[in-house]
Amino acid sequence: MNVHEYQAKDLLAKFGLNIPKGKLCHTATEAEWAARSFGPEALSVVKAQIHAGGRGKGGGVKLARTPEEAHDWAQKILGMQLITPQTGHQGKKVHKVLVAQGSDIAKEYYLSLVVNRETDAIGVMASTEGGMDIEEVAEKHPEKIVTANIDPTVGLMPFTVRTMSARLGFTGPLAKEFDKTIRGLFNAFMAYDCSMIEINPLAITKDGQMQILDCKMAFDENALFRHPEIQDLRDYEEEDARELEASKFGLSYVSLEGNIGCLVNGAGLAMATMDIIKQKGGQPANFLDVGGGANQETVTQAFRIILKDAAVRGIFVNIFGGIMKCDVIANGIVAAAKELGLKVPLVVRLEGTNVELGKKILGDSNLNIIAANSMSDGAEKIVHAVR
Amino acid sequence: MSILVGKNTRLICQGITGSAGHFHSEKCAEYGTNLVGGVTPGKGGTKTLDRPIFNTVYEARKEVGANATMIFVPPPFAADAILEAIDAGIELIVAITEGIPVLDMLRVKKALGHANGQSRLIGPNCPGVITPGACKIGIMPGHIHKPGRVGVVSKSGTLTYEAVGQLTALGIGQSSCVGIGGDPLHGTSFIDVLDLFNKDPDTDAVIMIGEIGGTSEIQASEWIKANMQKPVVGFVAGQTAPKGKRMGHAGAIISGGKGTAAEKYEAMKNCGIHTVLSAGEIGETLKRVLR
Repeated sequence: MNVHEYQAKDLLAKFGLNIPKGKLCHTATEAEWAARSFGPEALSVVKAQIHAGGRGKGGGVKLARTPEEAHDWAQKILGMQLITPQTGHQGKKVHKVLVAQGSDIAKEYYLSLVVNRETDAIGVMASTEGGMDIEEVAEKHPEKIVTANIDPTVGLMPFTVRTMSARLGFTGPLAKEFDKTIRGLFNAFMAYDCSMIEINPLAITKDGQMQILDCKMAFDENALFRHPEIQDLRDYEEEDARELEASKFGLSYVSLEGNIGCLVNGAGLAMATMDIIKQKGGQPANFLDVGGGANQETVTQAFRIILKDAAVRGIFVNIFGGIMKCDVIANGIVAAAKELGLKVPLVVRLEGTNVELGKKILGDSNLNIIAANSMSDGAEKIVHAVR
Repeated sequence: MSILVGKNTRLICQGITGSAGHFHSEKCAEYGTNLVGGVTPGKGGTKTLDRPIFNTVYEARKEVGANATMIFVPPPFAADAILEAIDAGIELIVAITEGIPVLDMLRVKKALGHANGQSRLIGPNCPGVITPGACKIGIMPGHIHKPGRVGVVSKSGTLTYEAVGQLTALGIGQSSCVGIGGDPLHGTSFIDVLDLFNKDPDTDAVIMIGEIGGTSEIQASEWIKANMQKPVVGFVAGQTAPKGKRMGHAGAIISGGKGTAAEKYEAMKNCGIHTVLSAGEIGETLKRVLR
């Protein structure tokens, strides 16, 4: 789960991190007054709040020299369809802006923490090239990236901080500031079950402060049960409506750009089904895993969600029943087809537990179902049917 | 022979009184697995499926000599259950539970390291492990398997069934099938299982099924090139998966452009693995390789 920059900054402020003053604004007038509150001479930055990086590149982050300028920028940014390298071509609508006090920056750094699945540790990555995409730095200047691993059962040790500090060139008071910063971030990471915290840029101001100018936080969905305060930060407007709807029924759904709807049990098989459709010359409209505990009702809901996508011209049901019994799926298909008045071609491949019973239910239903006897056969048939 | 489980396995189920734990314990016992009891704190002294229930894993080990456990404990308490099994010295821990927090799993992995290899964890978020005809620990449908000489190791449950189903239909049996799980952190890696198959005199070839996310398939490919003496057929799910989206499994995500199917296939090919792009042709490919 992701949160907005302003929410992440609020969370990090609780851990003693140095964050410039800022105010969330929904109108240009609010933005003007927020900028004014920083002082008559103060610079301010108007920042679009959407769940995507690269906002500056799309024109969603602007520096204002006066409160009036902050007003004008906010007016331009609020309501715009912001397109960044991470939003896709349709972009995301901006509903709110963060107006932050400007900083007098001497130098910018990069600092992030993630769960490192290769080392079973919290991986820290830092670079002297702040403000740049870390992928770009990794490609062009790999020598400028400093990494470390924190064993979660040991915690953050002073030597780790000293070593990173030395490699990044922090001495004296700045080394102390760095210690405070990384300690605060690590504590926040562990306290909230984060999967990622990224600070870019981490700025050194001309008066020697270390400030968090921008940050991104992501949380482990599986740990949200113990963080109701994080769940409350969820912004449903930022999430795909169909994916959200699917999650309510325990379905795992990701919408794609093709026209063949897929209904599959198991995440691996669901991905492999998308792949085989593509190999046979078709385009999958979605990833959908009905999960191991699906019943007639969830199968009907799955059909409903697939059919909400107007691009869908046909559906491929690919089930390998293990725990999930084929007759349950078959009953779900029949119920859904009757209830929803299925008008697109439907190819069904059933295999596994109770497969004969499942096939009989489909056969007796008088529905126009194209039966397939293997995964490849099914993929070929659905690709042919939507042509 | 086969790997990990067999006729000497003495299995308990942690969470045996929950609906999933109870159902699958019964199925495992029906398959022929030597199920010797179960653990549910607070229900010790009672019985289910004609087997004793204990309050702790320690008691189950002491009283009925359990050496393997299958965990169905809900996610908030699952890490604790795994740690309890490690502490009790259980040799094989199979965690079926999906949805364990990543930071919990980090602690579990450190504890496994401290246990000096005394305990092995399979999963979590996996279908389990089966030696066809001898022992099944997990949720896979037993009847699709057939005893034989091909090993299967996979991150995905149903995709494993798909591969096994194709093998059985072609008359090719399996020595053992191991689901290592779809979470970002798991106890047993591809390499661990490949190493066991490599040493197993009753395994002739291996099918390895990976998916997008992480780099474990790449490390496994390099290991295969350096060590494996048996042919390996490799498949990777998620060739069409978009970047930055989690595809069902917690670990199945392409992040920062890393973890794509393409780069994994590339590594597999460079390391002499027989790659197959279509999940519908895994069995056929293995058959060709064996010939």
